[in-house]
Amino acid sequence: MDAARPALSRRAALLLALPPGVFLAVFFAWPVASIVARGLFPAGGFDAGAVLAVWTRPATLDVILFTVALALGATALTLIVGLPAAWVFARFRFPGKSVARALVTVPFVLPTIVVGSAFLALLGPRSPVNALLVAVGGPDAPQVRLDGSTTAIVLASIFYNIAVVIRLVGGLWAHLDPRAEEAARMLGASPWRAFRETTWPLLRPAVLSATSIVLLFTLTSFGVVLLLGAPGQATLEVEIYRQTAVLLDLGAAAALSVLQLVGVFVLLLAHARAQERLAVEQRLRPTADVERTPTTRREKAAVGAILGGLAVLLGLPLLVLVERSFAGSRGYSFAAYQALVEQPRRAGLFVPPAEAIGNSLAFAFATLLIAGSLGLCAALVVGYRRGWLPQTFDALVMLPLGTSAVTVGFGFLIALDSPPLDLRTSVLIIPLAHSLVALPFVVRAVAPVIRSIDPRLREAAAVLGAPPRRSWREIDGPIVARAALVGAMFAFAVSLGEFGATLFIARPDRPTLPIAIYRLLGLPGATNFAQAMALSTVLLILTAVAVLFIERLRGVGPSPF
Amino acid sequence: MTPRPRRARALRSAVAGLIALAGLTGVAGVAAQSPAATPAAPDASFSAERITLQTHDSFALTPDVLAGFQAQTGVAVDILTGGDAGSMVNQAILAGDRPLGDVLYGVDNTFLSRALAAGIFEPYRPAALGDVPADLQLDPEGRVTPIDFGDVCVNTDLSAFGGDGQPPLPQTLLDLTKPEYKGMLVVEDPGTSSPGLAFLLATIAEFGEGDTVNPAYGISWQEFWTALRANDVFVASDWSDAYYARFSGGANEGDHPMVVSYASSPVAEVVFADPRPATPPTGVLLDGCFRQIEFAAVLAGTQHPAEAQAFVDFLLSPAVQADIPLNMFVSPALSTAQVPADYAAFNSVPSAPLSLDPALIDANREAWIEAWTQLVLR
Repeated sequence: MDAARPALSRRAALLLALPPGVFLAVFFAWPVASIVARGLFPAGGFDAGAVLAVWTRPATLDVILFTVALALGATALTLIVGLPAAWVFARFRFPGKSVARALVTVPFVLPTIVVGSAFLALLGPRSPVNALLVAVGGPDAPQVRLDGSTTAIVLASIFYNIAVVIRLVGGLWAHLDPRAEEAARMLGASPWRAFRETTWPLLRPAVLSATSIVLLFTLTSFGVVLLLGAPGQATLEVEIYRQTAVLLDLGAAAALSVLQLVGVFVLLLAHARAQERLAVEQRLRPTADVERTPTTRREKAAVGAILGGLAVLLGLPLLVLVERSFAGSRGYSFAAYQALVEQPRRAGLFVPPAEAIGNSLAFAFATLLIAGSLGLCAALVVGYRRGWLPQTFDALVMLPLGTSAVTVGFGFLIALDSPPLDLRTSVLIIPLAHSLVALPFVVRAVAPVIRSIDPRLREAAAVLGAPPRRSWREIDGPIVARAALVGAMFAFAVSLGEFGATLFIARPDRPTLPIAIYRLLGLPGATNFAQAMALSTVLLILTAVAVLFIERLRGVGPSPF
Repeated sequence: MTPRPRRARALRSAVAGLIALAGLTGVAGVAAQSPAATPAAPDASFSAERITLQTHDSFALTPDVLAGFQAQTGVAVDILTGGDAGSMVNQAILAGDRPLGDVLYGVDNTFLSRALAAGIFEPYRPAALGDVPADLQLDPEGRVTPIDFGDVCVNTDLSAFGGDGQPPLPQTLLDLTKPEYKGMLVVEDPGTSSPGLAFLLATIAEFGEGDTVNPAYGISWQEFWTALRANDVFVASDWSDAYYARFSGGANEGDHPMVVSYASSPVAEVVFADPRPATPPTGVLLDGCFRQIEFAAVLAGTQHPAEAQAFVDFLLSPAVQADIPLNMFVSPALSTAQVPADYAAFNSVPSAPLSLDPALIDANREAWIEAWTQLVLR
């Protein structure tokens, strides 16, 4: 592979790195550095003692241990559940596949309070499960208690993050030539051994990508922990929020943020190095050649069981949510939806749904454009270039996902406060914040695929007389475009569902769907709750439709890749 | 193998759908703008075309009422939100002398002292202040104007008390530690929730500590919480979780018949129910309520002080004061305000609401929350 000229010259790589680099410097590094500096140098001087005091508090150690344990546990379980699902989606054809694939992405965008209430309805004190336990075992029968258990947090993490594993791992898996594994089977290897020795080495980069995103997501998870966790179990993210937004103790917040930034960055550097080491160049196959219908009885049983499991884990909470939107004291009806459209004057924090949908779509499109284009630039650099510089760049691009949202949000306030960049009150601030979170998804969807492209294809094209540009367009282009669509889909979904990052930014009052849902749930009353569930259903459908639409774009390109 | 035309059709219909959706939102946008565009006789004394109101996510007024400000003054209002009251006030403090807006609404008595100490407000006393009860006016220097107040109280699911085999309704905070109320109460974490903090402050004001222990009870607030913990109090992270997911009152999901909420929550249980019940399904324990007062103020460093002052006047005007109760579920500060009938009928007002000096709150907030966390959660 060393003989191959890199597909991207150093000059071109620098040019491509410039836009995402400038974006991150202005909208991430500068705000975060400003707020951390404000905390570390309170009166102009650096107080090492104060920082050390925060680091050595017993509570800090508790918080870090809990955060890391929770993230590792949730990530491992998400992978265990997600990889078989990714296998089914990558390898098999089954009825309703594209809809199913869109639906697994939906949990990703739902507000945590909505998901929490669906989980509680299924497994909470008044749930059918517990009613059944009482009916069978009498009043003293053991009960399923979700309240404040780590199990609840882990369950919710799987629910939220499984889409990342299915899409990022499945995205590569769907292009891996199945013949090597088939040949190994033919030669007598067990299915497990055939997988481990042929497919697994090729798949590792994508698995690592998904792992990194899920780990960052759970490391900085905020809503899920607050909602389902016992409040005593604060994560680092919650602690930074408390210190910043509630107590305005910027010194303590900065000390914790530094810990978070350094820890996450070291993790990301190791990740970038591993990505490069594990990359395997190979012939990628069109999905149509890879997927097939399950044939043997065992295969059918396995596919059925995995899809059935997914339906229970993801489908049941979603169904409960939809059911709630129709349920009322007078039986099932469209009352909640009607109320949303008719806009009763007395509804206090009411946001017209059309307005919320319009805002959400506008921000999501803007995020798709910003994060999509910048992410593609970054992914080309990370995918085609090797060495410590691209690795560091890779880690930097991912860092915002592992940084506390409140640090970035409050950083915006003090950093972006003078012309020409007084964006503090601009509506642009919302898609910019969303893009920071979405960028890593685009890079992780595209870079591993680029690294897998066999350079010999390009060399062959060059031998046949194709100019480099043409050979790139013919060989890499379609594959990159396809992977970029998965990234774009995530960028869109991230923006549709994003609440955390924008929560801590002073922002013009342009309520999105998640914000409208939170407002409804900020007041007591049965109709508010039903309307929140109805809006969540709208968000659910909107996301599924958007994902289906983006996936359809694939068929429009020049090649059926 | 996949036939192209099918995809093209799907693409076309999807595009058509998105265009239709965009059209719909466009129409809605135009419709939403029309009331504000109603021309009136603008007051010529104002030079700014628009001002910015910095506020929390719970700010809400009827759109027509809010549009009244532009009708009167010719000045449009942009709204800037930034999370809950604490987060929003802290953002205003961080912005310092380069304020994010011209006028701020929503700083309450638990964050007041910090905001005043940071010097982010300019003094202004509206003429209508004379009709605001003196006990709501907390800043002798007149930098903040009380706009509304509400009480954080324990709410009860009325169907769980007073019946056969059910305990009677609790009458005092201390009752909550009795065995018959074991496992019944949900509170919010004061570290992450504003009503949670208010309720903690209520217990501190009610029971006291050290030399200030209330002789009527003889126990400190710490001992009270230790007893609550022993009585299986449930701690939720925020109000929405506590009320919707843990509380059994109204149409809610949980199995705890008592929750820390607002004295006005039963109003919402009537107004936001279909069909409307004749009386609220929930009640209020009127002992041990903490009074939250919300203020508005002109932000120091504003380029438009006259317009900002006019907006503070506007918030204290009869039209806005009458609009506040059923939008934000708090009571108007203006004693002469016309309170909507539903609110008047179903809201409860404690006879002796609890409060603490804002400076005391600010000085002790972190230590109190930390002590509470050790007592109740660790």
